[in-house]
Amino acid sequence: MAFKNDDDKAAYWKENLSLLAKLLVVWFVVSFGAGILFVDALNEIRFFGFKLGFWFAQQGSIYVFVVLIFVYMAKMNALDKKYGVDEE
Amino acid sequence: MDVQLLTFIIVGASFALYIAIAIWARAGSTTDFYVAGGGVPPVINGMATAADWMSAASFISMAGLISFMGYDGAVYLMGWTGGYVLLALCLAPYLRKFGKFTVPDFIGDRYYSQTARTVAVFCAIFVCFTYVAGQMRGVGVVFSRFLEVDIVTGVVIGMAIVFFYTVLGGMKGITYTQVAQYCVLIFAYLVPCVFISMMVTGHILPQTAFGATLADGSGIYMLDKLDQLSVDLGFTEYTNGSKSTIDVFFITFALMVGTAGLPHVIVRFFTVPKVRDARKSAGWALLFIAILYTTAPALASFGRVNMIETINGPDMAGTEISERPEWIRNWEKTGLITINDKNNDGKMYYSAGKASDPASANEVDVDRDIMVLANPEIANLPAWVIALVAAGGVAAALSTSAGLLLVISTSVSHDLLKRNFAPNITDKAELFYARLAAGVAIVIAGYFGINPPGFVAQVVAFAFGLAASSFFPAIIMGIFSKRMNGKGAISGMIAGIAFTAAYIIYFKFVNPAANTPDNWWFGISPEGIGTMGMMVNFVVAFVVYKMTGEAPQEIQDMVESIRFPKGAGEASGH
Repeated sequence: MAFKNDDDKAAYWKENLSLLAKLLVVWFVVSFGAGILFVDALNEIRFFGFKLGFWFAQQGSIYVFVVLIFVYMAKMNALDKKYGVDEE
Repeated sequence: MDVQLLTFIIVGASFALYIAIAIWARAGSTTDFYVAGGGVPPVINGMATAADWMSAASFISMAGLISFMGYDGAVYLMGWTGGYVLLALCLAPYLRKFGKFTVPDFIGDRYYSQTARTVAVFCAIFVCFTYVAGQMRGVGVVFSRFLEVDIVTGVVIGMAIVFFYTVLGGMKGITYTQVAQYCVLIFAYLVPCVFISMMVTGHILPQTAFGATLADGSGIYMLDKLDQLSVDLGFTEYTNGSKSTIDVFFITFALMVGTAGLPHVIVRFFTVPKVRDARKSAGWALLFIAILYTTAPALASFGRVNMIETINGPDMAGTEISERPEWIRNWEKTGLITINDKNNDGKMYYSAGKASDPASANEVDVDRDIMVLANPEIANLPAWVIALVAAGGVAAALSTSAGLLLVISTSVSHDLLKRNFAPNITDKAELFYARLAAGVAIVIAGYFGINPPGFVAQVVAFAFGLAASSFFPAIIMGIFSKRMNGKGAISGMIAGIAFTAAYIIYFKFVNPAANTPDNWWFGISPEGIGTMGMMVNFVVAFVVYKMTGEAPQEIQDMVESIRFPKGAGEASGH
């Protein structure tokens, strides 16, 4: 048994899912939100030489994706340590 | 030195490098062959994953597609990168903890069903063959254009190289050659793009040059100029697409989910030592991919401006056909550019019409696939840059082919042979059959590369649709719903695939004339229907599960054990 007790196991999974949900909301908002659904509204805003919606669709969303994975990695490693289920 | 000799030297040197690495990283056991001994450091694995993922389509075709699609090209940019977020957050760490060699292994064990395993094997083989035929074709095109050997010779040379290092080295050989191939391809992609950014805007970074003002001192933003040019020539504005919002949404989603469900991508995460390495490696993979994917849209827009200005001249009145530049003459020989002087004024002119349509003003047809390869010539870059791009295109095609061939050989020797027909086979014999299967797969792929079925491009939509509507939901439910049972998951997969396949086959093969937005369901094109197939899969699986009861307790315990990293062993076949 890797966890101290069942409560810990449930709490770990709950924290994991809530982190996932938060990160996936960001994932959805930058790509499907800013890049597709609200692209016309955002295109009214200038960001350097870009229309903002166009920038999100062809540049910004990709940068955010990369950051999301590294944030996930750091938070999950911390969570594993907190519950003593890391691989060290 | 002329371009052709330089290309021979640079492509030849890259081949020598790949072969040297393959000899150094020979596989000694099935673990080496299937998952590189499970000991690949995360950064290295990330780089290899990036090379594995970025195919001839990403390297050669994608910027060209965006160049002609404008904003709509974002479906590929977001679709083929956003999938990695799903992969890293929802799939990779758990599948690594599960600790088997293949995706069909997971499906078969999790849903305690040999049928599920076999269905998964056939989907995996189909998806991989679809892809690999396109890669071999890409190798052939690069060879025929830059080395002026015919396509058959080009494909045979490509086959020989891939055969050598896949059969000899397995996953271990592939991983380390892919690292070299990533370096070659990213360098080859960035160098011409940096040159062109400098020329057009004075910025070194294509990512900032994309939103900068033109270098001619006019103070006009590059994208504004491109929008203006597009409208003047009768196209829609470059930064506004022509697809409907719902279609863009569904295509992007299908590509993301399809990416996360592709077996040759998932298997990469079985090669790292730990669960935390699987998370890290996904991050690095996407970072390495993002370098090319954020450069591509910049390249696409510069290429379009350059192309329009070269063909139509600075005053947008057309240029003399008799004085057309060398690169147009070269591509005309391959049939990928055609000129048709309709008003007989001796000038060529590019606009929104079709060159084949006598009533329209357009006199030049440019194939979308040539943008990346032609860009250095359009911008008059030095010969070594052109040679480098050829080597990069071949590296992209070879690295992806090798990864796909490995999944095919693993599926045949491990999932089909060992799991179904000969469970007592020795490790050594299994390795022999894996190599044999890889060899046979290369010959079949080469055949399709030389005689491409006319439907390669259409079938790619199929590959993503299938992965999106079958593997992705089955794996997600397998991890996040411990009670989901075998009957539910199998019915879900079958319903998802059947629905998606029927829609694609109807519009692409049975009745292609009806393939217009008016006839599509809710305006969703066949490229985007995988998203709906995925929903069908989830709904059917849930309903059947509700009627048939929970998965057995030992399966639920197994699912609980993959949800945390501690105790992850090396990937194994048992």
